[in-house]
Amino acid sequence: MSQSPSSPLPPTAVEGEQEPEAASLEPQEGITEATFLSALTTIARRTWGAATTNRKVAIGSSIVGFFVLVAIFGPLLINQDPLHYTPGIGVKPPSSAHWLGTNQANQDVFIQLVYGTRTSLFWAFLTGLLVLIISVSVGLVSGYFGGVVDDILSVITNVFLVIPSLPLAIVAVEYFSRTVFTVAVVVALTNWPWGARVLRAQTLSMRGREFVTASRSSGERPWRIIFFEIFPNEISIVAASFVTTSIQVMLAVAGLEFLGFGNSSTVSWGTMLYDAYNSGALLQEAWWWFAPPGLCIALVGAGLALLNFGIDELADPRLRQLKRRKWPKKQRVAAA
Amino acid sequence: MTTQQQLSAAAKAEIIPGPILEAQHLKKAFPLRRFNPLGAARAVHAVEDASLALFPGQAVALVGESGSGKTTIARILARLYHPTAGTIHFLGKPVKLAGSRQISEYRRNVQLIFQDPFSSLNPVHSVAYHLSRPLRLHGHARNSAEVREQSLALLRRVSLTPAEQFLQKYPHQLSGGQRQRVAIARALAVKPKVLLADEPVSMLDVSIRLDILNLLLRLKEEEQLALLFITHDIASARYFAEETLVMYAGQMVEGGPSEEITQQPKHPYTQLLLSAAPDPDRLRTEGKNLSVLPARGEIPSLVNPPSGCRFHPRCPHAMPVCRERFPQKTQLGNGHWTHCHLYGDGQADNVSG
Amino acid sequence: MNASMKREPLLEVKHLSVEYDAPNGTVHAVTDVSLTLHRGETFGLAGESGSGKSTLAYAVARLLNPPARVSSGEALYYPRPMPAQNGAHASRQAQSGGGAAWQPFDILRLSEEELRSFRWNDLAIVFQSAMNALNPVMDIGTQIMDVLWTHQSYLSKEECKQRAVELLQLVGIAPDRLKSYPHELSGGMRQRTVIAIALALSPEIIIMDEPTTALDVVVQRDILGEILRLQAQLGFAVIFITHDLSLLLELADTVAIMYAGRLVEQGSQRAVYEHPRHPYSYGLINSFPSLHGPRRKAYGIPGTPPDLRAVPTGCAFHPRCPLAFNACKTRLPLLRQVAATAEEGAPEQVACHLYNQAFREEAPTSADIAAAYEAKAERGGVR
Repeated sequence: MSQSPSSPLPPTAVEGEQEPEAASLEPQEGITEATFLSALTTIARRTWGAATTNRKVAIGSSIVGFFVLVAIFGPLLINQDPLHYTPGIGVKPPSSAHWLGTNQANQDVFIQLVYGTRTSLFWAFLTGLLVLIISVSVGLVSGYFGGVVDDILSVITNVFLVIPSLPLAIVAVEYFSRTVFTVAVVVALTNWPWGARVLRAQTLSMRGREFVTASRSSGERPWRIIFFEIFPNEISIVAASFVTTSIQVMLAVAGLEFLGFGNSSTVSWGTMLYDAYNSGALLQEAWWWFAPPGLCIALVGAGLALLNFGIDELADPRLRQLKRRKWPKKQRVAAA
Repeated sequence: MTTQQQLSAAAKAEIIPGPILEAQHLKKAFPLRRFNPLGAARAVHAVEDASLALFPGQAVALVGESGSGKTTIARILARLYHPTAGTIHFLGKPVKLAGSRQISEYRRNVQLIFQDPFSSLNPVHSVAYHLSRPLRLHGHARNSAEVREQSLALLRRVSLTPAEQFLQKYPHQLSGGQRQRVAIARALAVKPKVLLADEPVSMLDVSIRLDILNLLLRLKEEEQLALLFITHDIASARYFAEETLVMYAGQMVEGGPSEEITQQPKHPYTQLLLSAAPDPDRLRTEGKNLSVLPARGEIPSLVNPPSGCRFHPRCPHAMPVCRERFPQKTQLGNGHWTHCHLYGDGQADNVSG
Repeated sequence: MNASMKREPLLEVKHLSVEYDAPNGTVHAVTDVSLTLHRGETFGLAGESGSGKSTLAYAVARLLNPPARVSSGEALYYPRPMPAQNGAHASRQAQSGGGAAWQPFDILRLSEEELRSFRWNDLAIVFQSAMNALNPVMDIGTQIMDVLWTHQSYLSKEECKQRAVELLQLVGIAPDRLKSYPHELSGGMRQRTVIAIALALSPEIIIMDEPTTALDVVVQRDILGEILRLQAQLGFAVIFITHDLSLLLELADTVAIMYAGRLVEQGSQRAVYEHPRHPYSYGLINSFPSLHGPRRKAYGIPGTPPDLRAVPTGCAFHPRCPLAFNACKTRLPLLRQVAATAEEGAPEQVACHLYNQAFREEAPTSADIAAAYEAKAERGGVR
């Protein structure tokens, strides 16, 4: 998820918002038409516009962008094993040698935090993407075809909807392997039905729109109607659900790791919190140990939530041209 | 002898002897979902025994209020719905109702224009995209240079100039009239022989409606297109079409040359429709008096439509027989016909109303 | 209603302008509109979407939502001397100097409190999609009675019900429908219900904004007939707003035509129909195919209505006008009186340089305008 997007995005837009877009367009990959490229550039332009005019989006994308940069470049700059320890140093508060102090295992908290950023964000976005692909496919197919296909897919969706995420994840981790991968798969399996239901409803209403009928009558094939006519109209919902799931996944993974169902050989914010708690960081008042990962989780969560506010604006095609400087969103509704 | 009669005579004599598209005894019932599996199967009887024929270079208007089934007929003819019963002949050959290959072939010849240009174009795609798809799908253009060239030609044909500029625009950058022109260009892109226009101007600003109608008329003449013009406005049917068919609650009640239908309507429903149409001319003859209507009420539910002639509950001339069965077609001469017991039941005699 | 009563002014709008700030520039939705509505009259306001016809009516009813605002002008209302029971008038007249019963007041300067009683008691509005404005979970009887209770609290419950039955009968709905919910009624019946609610407090003015656009022609005609009948019976004045000029010409006593926020022509129904002066009015009337007379080719108005953020200079219609000359591009034509024929009666006003002797000696006839449209259509390659 951290590879740079193929579109000529303006530099600052790359910071914050590359994830939702690249992700939301994923199901179309492999299609190299001029229209697709132009759609991508218009989205980029809109993203840029929203990021610069809407304060919430600006803050959200700066936060998320910062963490993405840390996740990509941080470990390269530090280039040190996060599990490396300096024997005998013990729990020490921040100093010039160890910016965020050290922990019980004689490890540098700052280095762990930087590496943890990479693990936590990577899994959050990857799982978000997985959820996205399942919910988009099921939702659009179910909504567009209707009938028996819809009935079957709806039953499946509803069954998955009621599976409790956390207990299943705990069981799965115990049964399969103690890896983030297992947790991610379980979280993906239990989170896609929400997006699928919303997208199905949206597709159902979109299916009756005349431009879809027009495409059908000019002889377009169903998959093309679904992914080229209907899907681009739902990008806002898709992007929003991607952002929401990413938050959920990040919290779920951190939660499970905190409960001890993580893999102790990988470093993430969740395992850091688990270690801190188990080693009695709170008792030792070693705030530098438990506060930074907690704060990071809260910050990324807040950043993604702020981004979500701006997404509906991005997706409204009528906003493409408007230069919204002085008059924010509400003022668009002029008296008829 | 009016020009339209001359034209229709010419069309019949010279170009093609028969109709290009003919539908006979079309029937469409939309089943309703049953929540009680033991209950009777219910359905919306949207179209009941409708027949029509379209000729090259001629327009047929289908007039009716909402719920009359006129849009359903257009969609059956566009092969978006399967008729419950009835046959469609294209160029004299019966159209098979299954098989995607035949459908593709059929759609190359019959195209639909929608009512609402604000929803018939996809907001996320440019004009160029909208035109390129049918061109490519139907193999009229093989590479992007051909697509561009033909798209520009299409835009010029619908008077959107400079065409180069319009190609790059998105629907929200166009006015309603321009959008409808793009929609017409998209329909023309497959090089059809028949255009089905479903209320093509009713969503547009008043001052540009005539422009669009005139555009369609010009295309009809220049390319010898057969046009089905669906409308609720009987005055524009008279302006636009040589022949007019009137529908009520899924039944065709009257048809014939537009001039005869509007000047000497025979069926009581046609008479009602005409007396309700806005008409400032009436002031001269009758003064300001809007309350004189031969009948009142609205179109009945099509789930349980009235028996026999569906107009009988509102008809000022209803007879017991009207309740029992739908009258046969009565020829009134000069191509004018009606389904009404007032004029005999299938006999060709002329009874005055 | 007799002729003398009809010429009594009821509402005088003077130089009213409405504008609002949009993302890219100020939109002048209504610019410098003056008109007079007489007691018991049907005043038709026609124009295309974006011509400002609805905004004008909303401004008069004080229903504009921000950012739209009245930037200048006044709307004088001439109240009828009323029996004392109507508190609103009594208090207002007292404050406006006591004695003068016919003292007009400016609607645009009413306080919120005064406004509340002014609406409904003196002015009611029927909206475009009014039939969808009924509360779906309340039966229509309750909805009518609600209005009565709110504004005439001195009525007893029984009296309210009695009045609701009367109102429904007035608009042609059987009293047993009192307990019906909106979804049980057809579109036409719902629209009648809304009209009954508008009539509840016997207002002097009813503004109808495209009241029948969503209905089928037969139902539309039926309801319009009902409105005219009620008007003759109750004597209220109607401002009827529609884009359907052919309908308006049948219905209205006075017709005003708006283009790009300005009145371009105003006159008696007969004058506008038989002799539309402004080329826009002519084009609009002839955009409706006729049911009678010879079938001939008709031409629409070329071009599209202007963007209100960038209205053309001079006469806003000049880019589409087949008779435009140089002055039209630079100088704004104002509404001016033109000589009316004896048959037309009331004076006719038009905002067009063609009728200004300073620019043109002889005013064009309808045939001239028709020829110009045809010529322009030929040139434009529409043929």
